[in-house]
Amino acid sequence: MRLMNIKPNRQARFYLAALPFILLAIAYLVGSGMRLAENPNDKLLPALPTMAQAVKHMAFEIDPRTGTDLMLSDTIASLGRLISALAISTSAALLFGIVIGLLPGANAMLSSFVGVMSMVPPLALLPILFIVMGLGENSKIALIVIGTLPCMIRDLSMKVLELPREQLIKAQTLGASTWQVALRVVLPQIAPRLIDALRLQIGPAWLFVIAAEAIASDSGLGYRIFLVRRYLAMDVIIPYVFWITLLAFLMDAALNLLQRKMFPWFASVRAG
Amino acid sequence: MNKLNSLLRPIIFVMTLAAVVAAPAHAAPKKSFKVAWSIYVGWMPWGYAADTGIVKKWADKYGLTIEVKQFNDYVESVNQYTAGAFDAVTITNMDALSIPAAGGVDTTAVVTGDFSNGNDAVILKNSADLAAIKGQKINLVEFSVSHYLLARALESTHLAEKDIKVVNTSDADLAAAYKTPDVTAVVTWNPIVSEILGSPDAKKVFDSSQIPGEIMDLMVVNTAVLKDNPDFGKALVGIWYETIAKMNAAGVEGKAAKEAMAKASGTDLAGFDSQLASTKLFDKAADAEAFTKSAAVGTTMDRVRKFLFDKALLGKDAKSADAVGIELGDKQVIGDKDNVKLRFDASFMDAAAKGKL
Repeated sequence: MRLMNIKPNRQARFYLAALPFILLAIAYLVGSGMRLAENPNDKLLPALPTMAQAVKHMAFEIDPRTGTDLMLSDTIASLGRLISALAISTSAALLFGIVIGLLPGANAMLSSFVGVMSMVPPLALLPILFIVMGLGENSKIALIVIGTLPCMIRDLSMKVLELPREQLIKAQTLGASTWQVALRVVLPQIAPRLIDALRLQIGPAWLFVIAAEAIASDSGLGYRIFLVRRYLAMDVIIPYVFWITLLAFLMDAALNLLQRKMFPWFASVRAG
Repeated sequence: MNKLNSLLRPIIFVMTLAAVVAAPAHAAPKKSFKVAWSIYVGWMPWGYAADTGIVKKWADKYGLTIEVKQFNDYVESVNQYTAGAFDAVTITNMDALSIPAAGGVDTTAVVTGDFSNGNDAVILKNSADLAAIKGQKINLVEFSVSHYLLARALESTHLAEKDIKVVNTSDADLAAAYKTPDVTAVVTWNPIVSEILGSPDAKKVFDSSQIPGEIMDLMVVNTAVLKDNPDFGKALVGIWYETIAKMNAAGVEGKAAKEAMAKASGTDLAGFDSQLASTKLFDKAADAEAFTKSAAVGTTMDRVRKFLFDKALLGKDAKSADAVGIELGDKQVIGDKDNVKLRFDASFMDAAAKGKL
């Protein structure tokens, strides 16, 4: 039997999926155990109870210095920034994606500009961003938008260009104006693809929110990570990274679910 | 499933092996050592020594190999040392206590290179009066020596940290941050201080020359490594004082050395000299030794440990500022005698002073 035809059954599939996670956990525990045997105070790879203790401090106790639940307030601050930035990116990407994809004039003017912009590393331009937007929330949100928007616009405008030409011509022979084509032919077909584009940008968006918070902030998950990094508190950092990963995973899953509920027809389009 | 199991076993074996290899190897008689340093006026001699063969000369003398590596990021260099990847690192007295020592890495300071004598400063926008700091938002690198300087500044004017609000800001971005309207107060170090003081509205209201000797720049070595290889410590002080002598030499040679260091730190000779002016660099090993053994270091470390304990930086389990023991230059211990993790050892500087290297 060829390797490409060996299909694992349900049970095997479950174990196979779990395997890399288990291996990672084993590698961590072995490495951590060895380092801790050498120096019981080692901070690089803390033991699980140490991390549990840190999580208890951060998430389930009120911090005496600030009078707040640190992990909760950090999460609220970061999610606020992330969600507002992604809301801006998503709506702007929808607008520009359709305009660039549908109107040859706009395409001629903007598509190479957006293409170039999507290659600019936004972190290198931070000082300019600070001077223009200040050090507050605006510059953080702007950083995430600059980091995610050009890619989303490119993605969507290409998706619009991929729509069958026949549809657009047919709509026009039935008397549709540009506005009507955009609204009735392009938008409904682009909407589920917008969710795809957004899902792909969740990872970069987290990267930028953490980078922004590392630079100037008094709250947020990235702020905490870079603050405690000063004294190598991996017992706080690792649970925080775990939590960020979980949040990103849940956002991704929620968008996937939304896509399936709102656009049940899209699965067959994608498969075909 | 059997097929899967037979697949699994070698994978687990390989992963375990990888973890074992990645773990720190135990030190057999060591011959090669790694030193980390980062760009700061008081540490530039290390880079110069590495570039001009002084490091190699001293390493050869003791039959060792010493690799001197420059880090762009100070905190990362300290973390690498704490995690065991480096045997020695350039660090401030406060960070030596809060990062490696509080992290359980027994650390010994072999060179007290200098102390900040104005290099760290509190700067206000449009006010020359420190008392005006009350109620302001202060941008600084939280939990750094800047934070300590701020605490000392507030103390001097009978304010407390609750009277202000601290905003953690990366040192790389402080100069740009100062130019934005919502930043009105910063605490930072040179060369950022001189950069910011270039703005006409920037007023220095407090600096480290008002707390002389409290912010020290050290070269520290992992105590276990040093105990097994005292020659490494001797080589380090040898390198240091030869480089300092070269730098302070009159005439062309000294100027060339300083010019090279200035260039490496991204400034020119005038800029470097102005930073040196606010740094009390110990030219002679004997002076550094005397300072390290003086009671002032004990008083400072006591202040520093209380500050760190107050900020919960001596470890979460620390019940008091005594949690981490500090052995001073005169062998006296403050804090827990059974948990001494930071030591000031003047014996290497003593050997240098007496020409016994």
